[in-house]
Amino acid sequence: MKALKNLKKQTKISFLNYGIVILFFIVVQILANLGMLTNSLKGQLIPILSYVIMALALNLVVGISGELSLGHAGFMSVGAFSGVVVSMSLAENVPNPGLRLLLAIVIGALLAGIAGVIIGIPVLRLNGDYLAIVTLAFGEIIKNVMNCLYVGVDKAGLHLSFKDAASMGMAADGKVLINGPMGATGVTKLSTFIAGTILLLLVLVIIQNLVNSRTGLAIMAIRDNRIAAEASGVPVTRHKLIAFVTSAAIAGAAGALYALNYSTIAPKKFDFNTSILILVFVVLGGIGNMTGSIIAAALLTVLPELLRKFSDYRMLIYAIVLILVMIASNNPKLRSIFDGLGKKAKKEEAAK
Amino acid sequence: MKKKVLAMVMSAVLGVSMLGGCTDAASTGGSDAGTSGTTDGGESAGSDAGSNAGGETKEGVEESVPEQESVGGKLTGTLNLGMIGPLTGAAAIYGNAVKNGEQIAVDEINAISSDFQIQYNPQDDEHDAEKSVNAYNNLKDWNVQVIAGTVTTTPCVAVSAEANNDRIFMLTPSASSPDVVNGKDNVFQVCFADPNQGSASAKYIKDNNMATKVAIIYNNADAYSTGIYQTFNAKAGELGLEVVSTTTFTDDTANDFSVQLGDAQSAGADLVFLPIYYQPASLILQQASSMGYAPKFFGVDGMDGILTMEGFDASLAEGVILLTPFSADATDDLTKSFVGKYESGYGETPNQFAADGYDCPYAIYRALQFYADKNGDLDVTGKSAEEICTILISVFTNPNFSYDGVTGSGMVWTANGEVNKDPKAVVIQNGVYVGL
Amino acid sequence: MLANLINGISLGSVYAIIALGYTMVYGIAKMLNFAHGDVIMVGAYVAFCAITGLGWPPILAVLASVAVCTVLGIIIEGLAYKPLRNATSLAVLITAIGVSYFLQNAALLIWTSNTKVFPNIFADLPALQLGSTQVAPVTLITVLANIVIMLALTFFTSKTKMGKAMRAVSEDKGAATLMGINVNRTISMTFAIGSGLAAIAGVLLCTAYPTLMPTTGAMPGIKAFTAAVFGGIGSIPGAMLGGVLLGVIEIFGKAYISTQLSDAIVFAVLIIVLLVKPTGLLGRKVREKV
Repeated sequence: MKALKNLKKQTKISFLNYGIVILFFIVVQILANLGMLTNSLKGQLIPILSYVIMALALNLVVGISGELSLGHAGFMSVGAFSGVVVSMSLAENVPNPGLRLLLAIVIGALLAGIAGVIIGIPVLRLNGDYLAIVTLAFGEIIKNVMNCLYVGVDKAGLHLSFKDAASMGMAADGKVLINGPMGATGVTKLSTFIAGTILLLLVLVIIQNLVNSRTGLAIMAIRDNRIAAEASGVPVTRHKLIAFVTSAAIAGAAGALYALNYSTIAPKKFDFNTSILILVFVVLGGIGNMTGSIIAAALLTVLPELLRKFSDYRMLIYAIVLILVMIASNNPKLRSIFDGLGKKAKKEEAAK
Repeated sequence: MKKKVLAMVMSAVLGVSMLGGCTDAASTGGSDAGTSGTTDGGESAGSDAGSNAGGETKEGVEESVPEQESVGGKLTGTLNLGMIGPLTGAAAIYGNAVKNGEQIAVDEINAISSDFQIQYNPQDDEHDAEKSVNAYNNLKDWNVQVIAGTVTTTPCVAVSAEANNDRIFMLTPSASSPDVVNGKDNVFQVCFADPNQGSASAKYIKDNNMATKVAIIYNNADAYSTGIYQTFNAKAGELGLEVVSTTTFTDDTANDFSVQLGDAQSAGADLVFLPIYYQPASLILQQASSMGYAPKFFGVDGMDGILTMEGFDASLAEGVILLTPFSADATDDLTKSFVGKYESGYGETPNQFAADGYDCPYAIYRALQFYADKNGDLDVTGKSAEEICTILISVFTNPNFSYDGVTGSGMVWTANGEVNKDPKAVVIQNGVYVGL
Repeated sequence: MLANLINGISLGSVYAIIALGYTMVYGIAKMLNFAHGDVIMVGAYVAFCAITGLGWPPILAVLASVAVCTVLGIIIEGLAYKPLRNATSLAVLITAIGVSYFLQNAALLIWTSNTKVFPNIFADLPALQLGSTQVAPVTLITVLANIVIMLALTFFTSKTKMGKAMRAVSEDKGAATLMGINVNRTISMTFAIGSGLAAIAGVLLCTAYPTLMPTTGAMPGIKAFTAAVFGGIGSIPGAMLGGVLLGVIEIFGKAYISTQLSDAIVFAVLIIVLLVKPTGLLGRKVREKV
């Protein structure tokens, strides 16, 4: 009986999350039709969706699986660049932009997922801060390698080099797709708000079903007490790897969506600071709380833009806001007030 | 509780700002500039110099093209001029230099006549393409008519694609990659393009027989540096210049250069080409000196500014050669007036970024004047960005339009958007640039 | 070979001295203080202003810088970290990142973005000649400072009353409180010492690599964090060993493999070491409680 109730609560939260996303979509559409959407907000829609997806992906690792990852921007980078290569090299063969975007996202997710397997197997043997530093290390390695990566395409197919563009040995009509630190330029923008929203809903379906499944329960059991879970016969590494790789693949999809929203993308973007930024979304939204991740990622992406009128003091204020929010949200007094409100609401609901 | 925290934070800020007392002049100068003034500023000397230069330009044009009649139209109205650049973060130094330079120019233009005014709105992009596009959209909401930016290359490529779609004219002071202008008819550069610099450097070294063996140290995490390296390397191969050592660093390893210098030394390089910015370059010079390695050092425009660093030992840079469009020591009136204003306003010597920034609003102003002069009265107030864009494209691609600024005289632009001006080679002697 | 080794040690000793402060705070307060690198930057700016702005002799400037950073450390701890004493470690980590942003942007407003060149405060000292290679005085002093600080910290934490209190707090806060130890004061003290060390690290960092910007501390901060983990985070000798090794690996990686991939090489070695020895080189193995 209790399990049933729990399940119901989970389903409720799931539907709340779908609701939030769909509501956001509808509100934006209405505003756009009324011409009330500023350029500033319009331009941020796809980054917001990408960061929300990234936050959900990272929350799967940090919140559900209980491992601190400081290198998730690396997976985003893999997804972004493979997505860009796919979309640029298929420009002639697949003229339909929607299909090309789909292919880019799928392949971006796939390659990021493979990177997740390669990194996850060694990383997940470690614990706590040591695991964190190794994910940081992998994030930096990916950035460094991407800075040296040159990819080009000509009639013979894709060419690859780690030295420079000239040593790819392309035919004269070849086109450089990724040019080391300059990244990709002249990318055709394919990402649309609708596509991003659909991807976000899909990601929510995947994550919430995973969390509520037997596998999800096992993952959380490992998080809460690894030794007890191991003793009960739960294969620890396999379950952790499932969460990690799923998260990496989703991050890759987010990366592809993000990259195809700009005409240029450089490896520098996906550095330690970006990894940290996404971690901030997750922690601020509440570790393990998917609704919180969605809201925190959206609000914190918009916040620096809202602070533009403070010009020189903008980032200083952003820092202060960040610290104050962290302190306020962890203040026991405020917490108990919120908890009290929540309980009161529940009681009222029960009374009805 | 919250109040108390806030009070304590504020007092901490106060405490720290008192510590900063020793650079007070600079910091107050900086924050003054933050308030994008529209009218005041511009001392008479400066505007004199400005209008003198303008007079020369017009005369020159009229002489060379007698068939294009001047109808003497007047330029009036208020132009919304936006700027995008890194004002915070690791690249803040370039964005702030450009912003300060542009601010001086805007103040001067606004002081010339109350008929034509510029409203200037600089926006921060933290040297990030995403933030740069955000800044751009923010400017669009402000009804920007022309953009004098963006400062750094990768963000500029992203923004210029947007501006090309939206038909907003862009003149970038310092984003030097060809990707910035390629395929975009409404985007123009004030700085040299990377390939120009790379091949011009190789050619200069070869033509003057400066070296038999060349070493290159570049930043392989930076678009600007890698861009120049690639064209230099290609041109060097073409000219038969022997490159014996090519080593790199990244922003994360930009402190120790012993390995790179050691490699160059053991390969017997007698010239080290540094297509990098001046901060890492200053470390390279210092470390080479303490190693006792003294090849010729050859830099590009990013090297400019090395002598203006507070506390830099200029003797380390003795003999360094660089290609630069700007020299703060130049003795012409225009440069002297600009440098004087910059020093008194911001407490430091302007570098090439500031100079490129200074030229940006002026080039736009002169272009609008040129149009009014040839086509009759032009009131920019209420004109859409697209109309201004069409006007400015027509002027910038007009071979008869040229502009004299602090980073070069007689600048003309190709239809592709690249500027045509000669890089000047200078050598540092006794802490000043000496023309070669 | 010898030259590369010496260069590696000189780079590594700078990492090491930053890592000592990192590991000190981590060992006691169990938090990753990502703002440590930015305290270093503040320390360097204060010393810079004292020397070039006020014309103070270097020794006095270093002392002033230590004093300012110590106070700054106590203020940061009191304002930002203390209210989070019972929060999750991740909440504290994010707050530390907020503090890091704050310090960088405050420095940008105070000292502007213009690069300053830090004066060579050891210009009068002779370099040591080792065969054909020179060892710069700043390297010798950094190595010396490392050893002195390492010994002093080890002595302090194992012999003095305050130090013992710190260890007690790091073992078990609850039990320490019961034993009459003022946990808050002890952690404040830890931050004071850690930040004071940051000032010294800042001066040495900027003497060795004299470009000073508001972001100067960020990258060495991450490297030093890596070094501290490398050596076994929380272990004082481990931080020093980790720092020096990190510097040597970085230089050797550049010299013998590739300058393009030097970051990747450093981090790959780190990963391999941690896979073989999951608690770092000198880290203590913490028994898992059932």
